[in-house]
Amino acid sequence: MKKQVTLLKEYTKGLWEINPVFKQVLGMCPTLAVTVSAINGIAMALATTFVLVLSSLIISIIRKLIPPQVRIASYIVIIATFVTIADLVMKAQFPELSKSLGPFIPLIVVNCLILGRAEAFASKNTPVRALFDSLGNGTGFLIVLFIIGSIREILGSGTILGFHIMPLTFEPWLIMILPAGAFLTLGLLMGLANFYVDHKKNKERESIIEKFRSSKQLPTIETEA
Amino acid sequence: MEFFLLFISAAIINNFVLSMFLGICPFIGVSNKFSSAISMGMATTFVMVITAVVSWLIWHLILIPNGLEFLQIPSFILVIASLVQFVEMFIKKVSQPIYRALGIFLPLITTNCAILGLALLIAMKDYTFIEGIFFSLGAGAGFTLALILMAGIREELELADVPKPFRGAPITLIVAGLLALAFMGFAGMIS
Repeated sequence: MKKQVTLLKEYTKGLWEINPVFKQVLGMCPTLAVTVSAINGIAMALATTFVLVLSSLIISIIRKLIPPQVRIASYIVIIATFVTIADLVMKAQFPELSKSLGPFIPLIVVNCLILGRAEAFASKNTPVRALFDSLGNGTGFLIVLFIIGSIREILGSGTILGFHIMPLTFEPWLIMILPAGAFLTLGLLMGLANFYVDHKKNKERESIIEKFRSSKQLPTIETEA
Repeated sequence: MEFFLLFISAAIINNFVLSMFLGICPFIGVSNKFSSAISMGMATTFVMVITAVVSWLIWHLILIPNGLEFLQIPSFILVIASLVQFVEMFIKKVSQPIYRALGIFLPLITTNCAILGLALLIAMKDYTFIEGIFFSLGAGAGFTLALILMAGIREELELADVPKPFRGAPITLIVAGLLALAFMGFAGMIS
């Protein structure tokens, strides 16, 4: 049996290494649509995480009972069940939030992130691992949605989570709360994330070359001399 | 006239991709070639209209009379999944050239949130049957338009000198942002 990674690793890899939005480019529709404010982003990410965790858990528990031919359909039914629960709870408990998220709570069903994790991970791993993996992915999703939501809220309306933080003279950038702002913010953030990854890789490569050079330094000097 | 306005509004002013963020995945995934963008747009429009008809019938004739509104999400998604399968088999039988053009895109459409979003919006806004059909035609036309515009731009981008970290998805998103900005010019055309 191949060596398995620790449960903690299973969780933390979702935060950055395979971050749903930046690395897997999954679940873009809600990421762009609901991040007008930080609170919307948080609500959306929590609802998605709820569905993701529970459906991953159930799929992983019954993964040996599902015939492979109808697995996608079975996954969708399981996911749809939890989405219905999330939708009805949101409508009953937070009617205003539910209204501002519009059709995007029901649309969690077709969020490729959930089906993607079900297919790529939960259907092949034990329930405990699936639980940690889905929690990690959910947290990664939450972080991204919160960041994008905060950026758009601060620049677009000068507030964060409803509190005014920008000086009174600050003129809100209307574009940030419009659809165009969502595309631009996410595009720039993704570019930034890629830039950081490239930068880190280059640094690692340089340090390896540096190490190699310093270990070989003596012989080279000798030959030169 | 009213139906025409509904069509225009769904296609341009409230464009599904650029102002309602529905169907972003295929918009980014399939928009790198002009020809596949057209095929994908046509396949999606086709499925959208059929979905609008069938989901309207299910919502108004089965779910509402029986008080089963809470089954909306599972029943719609199952209808869409089976419809897509059915359409695929039908096209395969009837016309091979169309199947070859649209075939590979059909399975992708099942998880396209524009389709489920359309069915949910029609139920949410309480459109009549005819209104629903025009709305879905407009939505399909808008999706196709956005996809074709994007594909045209991306074919040009292939030759452009884009900074390395921005290649791929990031530059596509930024271009989409500029397109969305351009589409805002249509806002207010029809109230």
